Amino acid sequence: MKDMMEVSSNPHVRSRVTTSSIMFAVVIALLPATGYGIFRFGWYAALLIVVTVGTAVLTEHLFCLISKKPTTVGDGSAIVTGLLLALNLPPHLPIWIAIFGAVFAILVVKLLFGGLGQNFMNPALGARCFLVISFARYMTDFTTDAITGPTPLALLKEGSPVNVFDMVIGRTGGTIGETSVIAIILGACFLIFLGVIDLKIPGTFLVSFSLFVVIFGRSGLVPYLTGSSSSFFDLQYLCGQLSGGGLMLGAFFMATDYTTRPITKKGQYLYGVLLGILTGIFRIFGPGAEGVSYAIIIGNLLVPLIEKITMPKAFGKGGERA
Amino acid sequence: MAGLSFHGGIHPFEGKELSKDRPIKDYLPKGDLVYPLSQHIGAPAKPIVEKGDAVKAGQKIAEAGGFVSSPIYASVSGTVKAIEPRRVITGDNVMSIVIENDGKYEEVEYPEAKPVEVLLKEEIIDMIKEAGVVGMGGAGFPTHVKLSPKEPDKIDYVIANCSECEPYLTSDYRKMIEQPEKLVEGLSIILRLFDNARGILAVEDNKPDCIKILKKLTEGNDKITVATLKTKYPQGSERHLIYACTGRAINSSMLPADAGCVVNNVDTIIAVYNAVKERRPLIKRIVTVTGDCIKTPQNFCVRVGTNYHELIEEAGGFIKEPEKIVSGGPMMGFAIFDLDVPCTKTSSALLCLSKDEVSAAKETACINCGRCVEVCPGRVVPSRLADFAQHKNKEAFEKANGMECCECGCCSYICPAKRQLTQSIKSMRRMILADRKKK
Repeated sequence: MKDMMEVSSNPHVRSRVTTSSIMFAVVIALLPATGYGIFRFGWYAALLIVVTVGTAVLTEHLFCLISKKPTTVGDGSAIVTGLLLALNLPPHLPIWIAIFGAVFAILVVKLLFGGLGQNFMNPALGARCFLVISFARYMTDFTTDAITGPTPLALLKEGSPVNVFDMVIGRTGGTIGETSVIAIILGACFLIFLGVIDLKIPGTFLVSFSLFVVIFGRSGLVPYLTGSSSSFFDLQYLCGQLSGGGLMLGAFFMATDYTTRPITKKGQYLYGVLLGILTGIFRIFGPGAEGVSYAIIIGNLLVPLIEKITMPKAFGKGGERA
Repeated sequence: MAGLSFHGGIHPFEGKELSKDRPIKDYLPKGDLVYPLSQHIGAPAKPIVEKGDAVKAGQKIAEAGGFVSSPIYASVSGTVKAIEPRRVITGDNVMSIVIENDGKYEEVEYPEAKPVEVLLKEEIIDMIKEAGVVGMGGAGFPTHVKLSPKEPDKIDYVIANCSECEPYLTSDYRKMIEQPEKLVEGLSIILRLFDNARGILAVEDNKPDCIKILKKLTEGNDKITVATLKTKYPQGSERHLIYACTGRAINSSMLPADAGCVVNNVDTIIAVYNAVKERRPLIKRIVTVTGDCIKTPQNFCVRVGTNYHELIEEAGGFIKEPEKIVSGGPMMGFAIFDLDVPCTKTSSALLCLSKDEVSAAKETACINCGRCVEVCPGRVVPSRLADFAQHKNKEAFEKANGMECCECGCCSYICPAKRQLTQSIKSMRRMILADRKKK
């Protein structure tokens, strides 16, 4: 027997799941969308992805070196952030903007707020919104060789018809990773199967958004009742709204980001509903066609409040003795 | 059929296959026996023997030190060698009676047992008290106190905790396979104390053979039923077991009696049977000696006071060098640094692991994944409580229901960042409880 035994407080066993295994699973789950993006938009998209991920990882590593802390690159969260940001970039964005975005995401949104687990805003989305505001011209230019013209969401906004089947497959314009609904759902199913995410947030998000669209959207109930629309339900419009833009990517991969969503169960339902409504407002009443990124970011800001009002009741509380 | 359950819980590696199929083996100790005077919750027992006295097995050597206390009996014959502080599993030095074993195992003559039917309730409780029966699942709460609630008429369920939800442990399982009649009989004795109560044998559904045996034994018994529980940890936690069986939820400041329940585990109920039916005091218990370091993992019927070293030897010794030895189950047991400690009334297992998963895991930052919240049977937010604990913020800790934690360890088990959540919360609870005591 050894002279020195290991002693610690209970429990003495641990599950196999670690932070890095979770991050690894998320990266795997993003591969279908990434692969489709490269397949559709070509080698330049691949280059953008590699550069964005590389910059994200390098930024974190350098920051740790400079601040004389052990490097945290090993947990894999920088890879996830870099990849998510890349998937949210237009396929022909100049490289320097992507680098700028990756540095902003990791350095400003994540590390300056205390690093992994401490940031209050999703780093990839924070950076995307930062880029959209700063470089609007580049960030909203979705023209590609294969397709010219507006994205399906912009078409919907104008009231033009869209091809929902193409949107589900991904044969439309948009950012690198958001176009193919099938590829995103495939990855999401993998994460749900592994138990990394569940349907609490994506489910309530999509349902509440659908309801919002059915009520307030073009050919919705409110326009019908006020006489500005002749029909009260338009399936093509609803499906187009659901498959278009960053909704699927946002609902399954961004809104479910652990750090920036409520930790309480009830809070997660509430958060999902809130995101659905905000996205609806931004898409239907806002000036642009997109709304998911801003909805999630505003949702992020409300998380502390949501958590405060949805703290769970402890087991047996209520039946108290004096 | 989906078994009865509660919110939260985990499914750790069970490890019961190691020891579950070997019959319980009687073990006669060779060396000295050590009896700590505190083997239970409550006042320590008071020694009634002196150094040099000759004792026999079954002879009382220490009497209860108060109402919430329990007497202690010699488990072998021999001479009292010393009454001095000895190390126990928690690492503390506790005043203990040391008996030099003469190797003859002479037993005292036990008083004649009367048929249970003619016994008064007070007599039954007295017998249980005199036999030194305490909760043998781990807490060591004196059983006679548990069985004397203020309003016995309001008790409508007596639950036999047969869940054995701790991984690796198979002592209750073996007892249910080998002595199911004693368990049912013991439960019937307890039921005699509560006129309006029905008995429930609550078994997890990973022990279908036990369920079958117990169902057969209780066939036609209109006072006792068998309840099938979903297999998950911590199904055996008293409050959650009550909830699973009856749907009644009690908080940490309430007693099972507040929900009309009395809960006892398998070994305790069999000790009650021995105390009343055979008038034998509690001097033996079943200990699972297991883990990947043990040559022949199995269950022993051990005399209280036996040195842990002897049990390891009897199980064939180590085949691998252990990195961690746990007294009890892996979820709530104590890690020990020295095998030279005695088995007490509450020692359920000796688990020897070649790998310590705790020291192997590196603690990283919380990513707010919410797994701890999902698995917490106390329905609190462990990650936040641990933060409050680390910042010594007592007020916020109590406000966030920190005192409702049952220290089951699910949060630490599941945490992907490998944070010591349970440990932090547990320390904080101890501090607050100590503060309350001072006031």
